[in-house]
Amino acid sequence: MAAFTLAASGDHWFSALALGVTLLKCLLIPTYHSTDFEVHRNWLAITHSLPISQWYYEATSEWTLDYPPFFAWFEYALSHIAKYFDQEMLNIHNLNYFSSRTLLFQRFSVILTDALFFYAVHECCKCIDGKKTSKELTEKPKFILSVLLLWNFGLLIVDHIHFQYNGFLSGLMLLSIARLFQKRHMEGAFLFAVLLHFKHIYLYVAPAYGIYLLRSYCFTASKPDGTVRWDSFSFVRVISLGLIVFLVSALSLGPFIALNQMPQVFSRLFPFKRGLCHAYWAPNFWALYNALDKALSVIGLELKFLDPNQIPRASMTSGLVQQFQHTVLPSVSPLATLICTLIAILHFVCGKSRRCNNFSDSDHDRTLLPLPSALHCPSISSLKTLFRKEKPLFNWMETVYLLGLGPLEVCCEFIFPLTSWKLKYPFIPLLLTSVYCAVGITYAWARLYVSVLTGCFVSKTKKQ
Amino acid sequence: MENWYWMTLVVLIGLTVRWTVSLNPYSGAGKPPMFGDYEAQRHWQEITFNLPVKDWYFNSSDNNLQYWGLDYPPLTAYHSLLCAYVAEFINPDWVALHTSRGYESQAHKLFMRTTVLVADLFIYIPAVLLYCYSLKEISPKRKMAVALCILLYPGLILIDYGHFQYNSVSLGFALWGVLGVSYDWDLLGSLAFCLALNYKQMELYHSLPFFCFLLGKCFKKGLKGKGFVLLMKIACTVLASFLLCWLPFFTEREHALQVLRRLFPVDRGLFEDKVANIWCSVNVFLKIKEILPRHIQLAISFCLTFLSLLPACIKLTLQPSSKGFRFTLVSCALSFFLFSFQVHEKSILLVSLPVCLVLNEIPFMSTWFLLVSTFSMLPLLLKDELLMPSVVTVMAFLVVCVTSFPLCESTSEEQLQLTPFAVSVRRRLPGFTFLPRIIQYLFLSSVITMVLLTILSVTLNPPQKLPDLFSVLVCSVSCINFIFFLVYFNIVIVWDSKNGRNRKKIK
Repeated sequence: MAAFTLAASGDHWFSALALGVTLLKCLLIPTYHSTDFEVHRNWLAITHSLPISQWYYEATSEWTLDYPPFFAWFEYALSHIAKYFDQEMLNIHNLNYFSSRTLLFQRFSVILTDALFFYAVHECCKCIDGKKTSKELTEKPKFILSVLLLWNFGLLIVDHIHFQYNGFLSGLMLLSIARLFQKRHMEGAFLFAVLLHFKHIYLYVAPAYGIYLLRSYCFTASKPDGTVRWDSFSFVRVISLGLIVFLVSALSLGPFIALNQMPQVFSRLFPFKRGLCHAYWAPNFWALYNALDKALSVIGLELKFLDPNQIPRASMTSGLVQQFQHTVLPSVSPLATLICTLIAILHFVCGKSRRCNNFSDSDHDRTLLPLPSALHCPSISSLKTLFRKEKPLFNWMETVYLLGLGPLEVCCEFIFPLTSWKLKYPFIPLLLTSVYCAVGITYAWARLYVSVLTGCFVSKTKKQ
Repeated sequence: MENWYWMTLVVLIGLTVRWTVSLNPYSGAGKPPMFGDYEAQRHWQEITFNLPVKDWYFNSSDNNLQYWGLDYPPLTAYHSLLCAYVAEFINPDWVALHTSRGYESQAHKLFMRTTVLVADLFIYIPAVLLYCYSLKEISPKRKMAVALCILLYPGLILIDYGHFQYNSVSLGFALWGVLGVSYDWDLLGSLAFCLALNYKQMELYHSLPFFCFLLGKCFKKGLKGKGFVLLMKIACTVLASFLLCWLPFFTEREHALQVLRRLFPVDRGLFEDKVANIWCSVNVFLKIKEILPRHIQLAISFCLTFLSLLPACIKLTLQPSSKGFRFTLVSCALSFFLFSFQVHEKSILLVSLPVCLVLNEIPFMSTWFLLVSTFSMLPLLLKDELLMPSVVTVMAFLVVCVTSFPLCESTSEEQLQLTPFAVSVRRRLPGFTFLPRIIQYLFLSSVITMVLLTILSVTLNPPQKLPDLFSVLVCSVSCINFIFFLVYFNIVIVWDSKNGRNRKKIK
């Protein structure tokens, strides 16, 4: 009772938020779960029943291990608790095995590993200086950030309904960011290296990390106007960072290098045979590219510019995971996507290296966030805009776009299934949702881009 | 933040909790041949849709009353008919006569759960919000906190969205009745309460306080003038609403009688199954169900019920006030629950609603009561496999109550509304200052017992010779708690007159 009263007092709103969202996660236990549930059950079985040498070769199930070794060890550790819930889930031949105890174990494993996420959010809140704002709890930046992160509904849906471990992984990432903000660069680098060996998708942000560490840790001093002092480069620091990354990688990949399995591990981790877009299109630039290609091919067929016999039917929209060729626009190879990504982030990293030194300054916080996934947006500085009382948060165009999400979903979920198009074009709701969201995400990314560049110019002119 | 932001947030949280609880199994899921309350509701849709009104309450080849025959008043039947029209539009198999018996599917479950949500959203939730909004002398934040606590009361959520029932309709109408009558919209309030009564006959538990309060108001206005006019108007409203609901059944005398027979099954005995009232608890030691003949059981139950609620009702008639009205609702409903005939464990919700209405005045005792009321339904919830949502919703409710009200400091005599009583006792026993301490110890022992019994019920199997051991223990412990609450609420009501703080001058 005393603990609860303590939670009620002013400083313990964080515990109340954390407890509340945990209770909500418990209520979500009986919801729908996707094939990812079977994926993780399979990985528990693989790591528990087979020796390490078999982990990246095992293919009884179609859901082969395609995350780096640290995640495999994580599943291995979980499997030792799983055996007390239901021994049957650890049998690799029990494909699609399901029982209420399995569900309970899996769901609880996600809920409990989210503790790392809570700790990371707590650490991020410590980095925020909220002295200038009002005494009202709901207007404090720490409170707003905590609510946005702890109660992030995207994360709730993906982790606790669809089933994944993103909370735990995002927690690692947020913690490493927090450590960087707290000027504990070695710890931040270490945590990020560990994260990369949990889920290699975070390679997306590795360039940002690299440049930031280079600029603010390896160059030990800066000129009075904020630009870098090239002669303050510290080799010791570069080497120590390199050593950290090397040691972590050695710990992770060491056993597999010793077993000569590196090519196999690589082919599992980077499956380029899966094609540009997955069965369900991610709402990114390539979704727009595909949609444009599809639209042009339909128009081309109608206007008789294209020969129907030469065009494969339903190439990208059949819902299958495979490689394909675009019809009208040039096809995109993996190398091309890499080059595009690098060009896109070029301005960010250049902008950063020139003058961004002090990350407690609000404008610069945003530069750490050119992340493709909308889930990972600790929008610390956008908090400033949230309680900017003079202007509303979104302009009319953005508001209309956001409101349009409502009718879009109503059409896709309720109206479309009742139409005759459901059988002929079953992919349309998914296509529409992906393209609509891709527009929004690309727009947000472009605005971020513009604001970073203009922010650079503003601070440069201010200092001159 | 603006008030309406808070209100939207409160409603959304309430709806989210409700919808996630509804993902769990319903009563009788996958258990032929009888299934449970879910199948009963589906069956009533089938009956009301396919048969003419005159056959709804009668036994016939098409309507076997042994298989979930209608035993609620006509408004439930009309509601089922409305749902049946929608069901038939979506999938006629759901309400096809005879062939839809025991129909179960994900789509059907979604439909049924949606009907509960819609009814809740239109009737109960607006009433709760309006009630909290119109509370006087408290800050807007606290109003929203009270609304959140009421909407998160686990008992109602678990029964309506877990077990499957439509209690939110009758309780919602009753709450509209309370609102109307408390704010001097007597006719509308009476109409709303009549609708509640015509939805579930158990609302009779609340009828005496309504009657006494309205009668008291009429007396206050003077029975020779305005009071008499008011009395006549209310009487006409009540008669008109009953006539409207029962119209199809007044064509033949036998009709109406048969409906009454279905609503009040006096043949079924003092109690059925395990319930946390006096008769079930006494029956453990003294088999009154077998010893006493049926008419004696009826008489004793009748007498005890009325004796226990008489003081509060007389007080309310003589000194009608909004606060007295709400407290009397609690005490009357609790008296009926403890002593009446054929009480079901779900009837505790009829007591919980008025307790929610006094949450603002006595947060400590109300929270305690609401926890016990949820606990008393534990055997039913375990049977429906609702353990996880029960534990989670109870914890959420407790957390919200503790953060909204400073519960630990709310155990002084003043805050428990026991000052007049304590003062009276101190006239004879000057050393009587330890009342808050006693109450705190009682609370702790009650909570510890409830937690222990829950753990035991879940983890252990009962011994062979006493298969109902845990159910009986749960019922007995809850009964003891309820008797304590009955005494407490009656003390608060009766001693309140000496204070005179709450006399609302009625113009």
